[in-house]
Amino acid sequence: MTIDWNHFTPWTSLAGGALIGAASALLILASGRLLGISGILGGLVAPRRGDALWRLTFLAGLLAAPAAWALFAAPAEPRIEAGGAVLLAAGLLVGWGTRHGSGCTSGHGVCGLSRRSPRSLAATAAFMGTGFATVYLVRHLLA
Amino acid sequence: MNRIAEFAAGLLFGLGLILSGMTDPGKVLGFLDLAGAWDPSLAFVMAGAVGVACFGFALARRRGTALLGGAIALPPATPIDRRLVVGSLVFGVGWGLAGFCPGPALVAAAAGTDEALLFTLAMLAGMAAHGITTESAAGSAPVPE
Repeated sequence: MTIDWNHFTPWTSLAGGALIGAASALLILASGRLLGISGILGGLVAPRRGDALWRLTFLAGLLAAPAAWALFAAPAEPRIEAGGAVLLAAGLLVGWGTRHGSGCTSGHGVCGLSRRSPRSLAATAAFMGTGFATVYLVRHLLA
Repeated sequence: MNRIAEFAAGLLFGLGLILSGMTDPGKVLGFLDLAGAWDPSLAFVMAGAVGVACFGFALARRRGTALLGGAIALPPATPIDRRLVVGSLVFGVGWGLAGFCPGPALVAAAAGTDEALLFTLAMLAGMAAHGITTESAAGSAPVPE
């Protein structure tokens, strides 16, 4: 195994992670809601009465983040390899899969592991596993 | 007050994603590529996030009610079932193909990245498709998590 020292950012990633954890703690303690992006979005795709507003205000904050960031620092240029067809297929799989599995990296990965949920541990192991396998397939077997 | 807390949580979460580098799919794929030049950053994001959030959830479990009123909605401890595993396996394939998961995709789309917007629209279509297929199949109501 070789470490990509040029891109490895231990301190900013740890600090960013701490913000993510603080946001999750804030939402559960202040409002009693679980910070899972796919769950919050999914509840808007099929909205129920009286259950949409908190989702919308949370998402408004989330979507305001790049503009808030730009007030203080220059945005980093994302590195995107996937073309249009791959992005479409990947989006469909992520949308369907996170709804079927009741969560994504935030709901299962961050919140689920934080509250030591066996279900979330199983889910995280599953999506990490196919994530590793898919990248290996795409970058090392098919490329 | 609830609306302010929710907006703040979303903003803080989004800033955390940007600071950690997770809105860059190259960084996510760099973590998932164990056989290539490996970028361990994502593990540090998880460590930072879980290291802070675990205290919040421990407190939430003891309190039962939210600071601003209302119940704390923690998912019930249901068994690990086929649906959870299959859904997560499928999610991982999509994640590995593009390097986007739902949160970073939304933030990158809001930052004006066209690829992220395309991914997000497809993701919403996938969610809608799931809603239609499971409602017609009936029975298994999704447990929000």
